[in-house]
Amino acid sequence: MSPRSQRLFLPIAAVIVFLAGWSLYVHTAVVSAFVLPPPEAIVAALSKMVFDPKLWHHVLVTATETVSGFVIAVLLGVFLGFFMARIPPVEWAAKPFIIVFQLIPKIALAPLFILWFGFGLESKIVISAALAFFPVFSNALVAFKSIEPGDRDVMVILQARPMQRFVMLELPTALPVILTGMEVAVVLAMIGAIVGEFIGGNEGLGFLAVSYLQNLAVPDLFGVIVLLTLMGLILYALIGRLRAWLTPWHVSTTHAM
Amino acid sequence: MGANSTTPRTDIRISGLSKVFGSGSAAVAAITDANLEIRHGEFVSLLGPSGCGKTTLLRIIAGLEIPTAGSIEVRGKPVWSGTVRSTEATRPVSMMFQEARLFPWFTVAENVALPLRIAGIDRAKRRERAHEICETVGLKGFEDHRPTALSGGMRQRASLARALVTDPEVLLLDEPFGALDAMTRDALNVELMEVCARAKVTTILVTHSITEAAFLSDSVVVLAPRPARITNIVEISFERPRDLDLQRRVEFQDMVGHLRHLLTGAAA
Repeated sequence: MSPRSQRLFLPIAAVIVFLAGWSLYVHTAVVSAFVLPPPEAIVAALSKMVFDPKLWHHVLVTATETVSGFVIAVLLGVFLGFFMARIPPVEWAAKPFIIVFQLIPKIALAPLFILWFGFGLESKIVISAALAFFPVFSNALVAFKSIEPGDRDVMVILQARPMQRFVMLELPTALPVILTGMEVAVVLAMIGAIVGEFIGGNEGLGFLAVSYLQNLAVPDLFGVIVLLTLMGLILYALIGRLRAWLTPWHVSTTHAM
Repeated sequence: MGANSTTPRTDIRISGLSKVFGSGSAAVAAITDANLEIRHGEFVSLLGPSGCGKTTLLRIIAGLEIPTAGSIEVRGKPVWSGTVRSTEATRPVSMMFQEARLFPWFTVAENVALPLRIAGIDRAKRRERAHEICETVGLKGFEDHRPTALSGGMRQRASLARALVTDPEVLLLDEPFGALDAMTRDALNVELMEVCARAKVTTILVTHSITEAAFLSDSVVVLAPRPARITNIVEISFERPRDLDLQRRVEFQDMVGHLRHLLTGAAA
């Protein structure tokens, strides 16, 4: 078998072996199918779920929270990162807050956000944004600080205005690193939304997972996990598309293709 | 560089110029009491070993460094008023660096046209001008390539095109071909000389190559380190146009020997 077809065949074979092993284990070993349902039960539960319009409402709620939180985190992170890279005293003044806010386990703030912003979408968006903010912000800060003095000299010689400098030099230089932060952030944004739904609310996939658990509908719970994974995969792939579209010149794009 | 009534106007006038980096006991004099006048259309080299302040001097002329003392005027207008770089004085000044400093997110033509884009020239006009100047510097056919796809020599051609696209009055070159192999470097130097002569641009080249300075220049400014200062200004009067055969002639070798003597004497 050629290396090329091996690269296609091996991962598929590995997944099939894993699922078969899982199924075999549940059917033969002492573990109860109630605690760990076999893969085929999860597939059955999933195929029932996807025809329920209520499910798609929950999917939409979680997606809305995740994307809103993510977008807020990106806008805020890029803006503050640029601002602090540009005016170092602002960074020095903000340093204690940055460090403390970075060290707080943001998940622990979730109940507080529910208290402040209620049981609706808003609190989940805030939790999602709080989690997604740091990877974007710290990457943006480093990226905007790393603009080469020689490139700045070119823009000084050409008498570029601040906005021209930002659009033609600073943003394109920073984008590859910011996008790396966004890849991490988008996953964290989803975690934030789900955790918010766990602790307060009556819609979204996180809420659905908790209610399936309370009804001991374990295959359906697994079904929700599969859906969340797919959602994460789609969001991550979208960032990859964004990278190819925004930074086609960069090695992170040319090597990925 | 004696001035008389028939010489063209003075493009650059440097008087009593000093630059100190740091302060107190850590202070380092990058250039001390430099005086220099450069006439329009002249090709001048700043020649000296590392640490002699030649690059600092060039960066002060460009308005990239602020002088500690003294003044620098481009075509009668001071480059620095207090701590503010004068955009009016530096507008006709263009600069090329040792690294090409092309932006990878732009194509070659877009990089070359960048100065026009910043100046607000419309897209069609700047594209036309970029293609024109690309042809002049031998980049025809590479306009739509990414800079990363070019060789080092071709990148420096693009960088030169970007420096010339606005028809500058003054061209500052900071060891532009220093990182290239000897053959590419020779070829580009010949082309540079031709392009500068045709454009009638006043050119200041920073170099540590004696041969390069003697070959390209109308006059060579010799600098020495510790303390960093100008020690000699040598007129080079070989007829133009010059070609690489000039470098084999006895007069040329004598000039190189003379410059080397000045450099070693200054360093001692």
